[in-house]
Amino acid sequence: MSISIAQQARALRARETSAVELARRALDAARAHAPLNAFITHADASALAAAERADAALARGAAAPLCGLPFVHKDIFCTNGIRTTCGSRMLESFVPPYDATVVERLAAANAVTIGKANMDEFAMGSSNENSHFGPVRNPWDTTRVPGGSSGGSAAAVAAGIVPFATGTDTGGSIRQPAAFCGITGLKPTYGRVSRWGMIAFASSLDCGGVLARSAEDCAQVLAAIAGHDPRDATSMQRPADDYVATLSTSLQGIRIGVAREYFGAGVEDGVGAAVREALAALEKRGAVLVDISLPHAELAIPAYYVIAPAEASSNLARYDGVRFGHRCTDPASLEDLYSRSRAEGFGAEVKRRILIGTYALSAGYYDAYYLRAQRVRRLIANDFTEAFRQVDLIAGPTAPTVAFKLGEKANDPLAMYAADVNTVAVNLAGLPAISIPAGFSEGMPVGLQLIAPAFAEARLLAAAHQFQQHTDWHLHVPGGAA
Amino acid sequence: MAIDSTTVRHIARLARLAIAEGDVAPVGAELGRLLELADRLGAADVAGIEPLAHPHDQALAWRADAVIETDRADELLALAGESRGGFYLVPKVIE
Repeated sequence: MSISIAQQARALRARETSAVELARRALDAARAHAPLNAFITHADASALAAAERADAALARGAAAPLCGLPFVHKDIFCTNGIRTTCGSRMLESFVPPYDATVVERLAAANAVTIGKANMDEFAMGSSNENSHFGPVRNPWDTTRVPGGSSGGSAAAVAAGIVPFATGTDTGGSIRQPAAFCGITGLKPTYGRVSRWGMIAFASSLDCGGVLARSAEDCAQVLAAIAGHDPRDATSMQRPADDYVATLSTSLQGIRIGVAREYFGAGVEDGVGAAVREALAALEKRGAVLVDISLPHAELAIPAYYVIAPAEASSNLARYDGVRFGHRCTDPASLEDLYSRSRAEGFGAEVKRRILIGTYALSAGYYDAYYLRAQRVRRLIANDFTEAFRQVDLIAGPTAPTVAFKLGEKANDPLAMYAADVNTVAVNLAGLPAISIPAGFSEGMPVGLQLIAPAFAEARLLAAAHQFQQHTDWHLHVPGGAA
Repeated sequence: MAIDSTTVRHIARLARLAIAEGDVAPVGAELGRLLELADRLGAADVAGIEPLAHPHDQALAWRADAVIETDRADELLALAGESRGGFYLVPKVIE
């Protein structure tokens, strides 16, 4: 089955297939891959209706680049009339009465949603084991995790069910599953993609983005979803660039900073070796490698794991058992309604983060934890600003390891948090970054992370695309040939 | 260091999360471990560093002073566990 956006779009325009046929095939593939548990909800009826509209647009010759292409939304994006659970029992029966801006924009482009992808509950997790709907399995090795929190999105693309999926990235939730599943994952600049209708976890960090086979495909999807949205006050007013037109920009003379902190003690040898080989390939295409340091990198995890839970504890206060979401039975009082609905509706990791976030914001601890973490956040952002005076991009392994085994870290939150060591700083600074397939270790995919200055998605995508023009790691698929 | 039981109950109350009596001690131990992670922030020299709450400086945009939300009360109330006569229902607050 053709799995790139470019391949499917060409086949549609050549009338070799139809949007309805692609949607049917994707829906069948989603069911054939049921053991991956990548889906929370299948959306057959609305998918086929959207595919018919796409076929009509194609027949009129008025088709946008994504017209008729099947895809999945991470189940964090509100979809009008389609259940949106955020991986939580709290929202198990929540059917939103509106579409998120990202959903609206992809619908306007006539792309066809075939369902909602499984995810860690409220996007809190790095393995997709925190979903109320069960863990997702990695298509490369079903005894391993797909990464998280956009694990269902990554697994659906890696398994060839759909050519792309939406995701969100608060601390690495697009890039790390993309790395673990051998696909390309783009986290845009904070504010580049509207958060309206995207269920909130940590509002100063949350960022919508895309998982696909290649940088070229990511550019096509970003072009459809990026841009100012007056409904999101944090969405940037600056117009989006032409991410597709600039893909052919050469690597010649591009300075790539190799951050020594990203090759620290926790990085597995096989991962480090694959990434160094990928850097050598970039150098061969004309990039200039520059050793750099991000001196506060080791403080990114502690700062993130104060700020993100603090913001989560505030955002998740809205789940009160009154207006929407899970409501306990026979509440004895209003407070009992709140506290029991929340205790029943939230899973263990979400409760853990609400409690630690509440603690960090509470009287007597606010200055020592929350305010201090925000000061460290500025130091981390300043490190990037300094580094980008010398280099155009920064590179390193996306994750310190390949995909680990299901259950391996499930009972050790601190070990799980360490999986985010190379990704969270990017969110704290609000920068764009991409994970691209860069080789294998232990038979599992390794991701190379490239980081760019704010709003330099075009530079990031072009560098990734040039790498993919001269390597074939992104063409490898689970179980054999592309 | 584990968080004591009184603090765990206080934090759970602030967060409006019911906590079973048997979970208080294990939750306190776990939160203590997470705070040890947060305590690493103490190593940073933050003297004179302003807190960063948000990644970008951008003035809020003005939008037209026009009504963009229509009356969708019925649709929104339909999401509630209990509602009656256009209101959300909660347990009695005043006896």
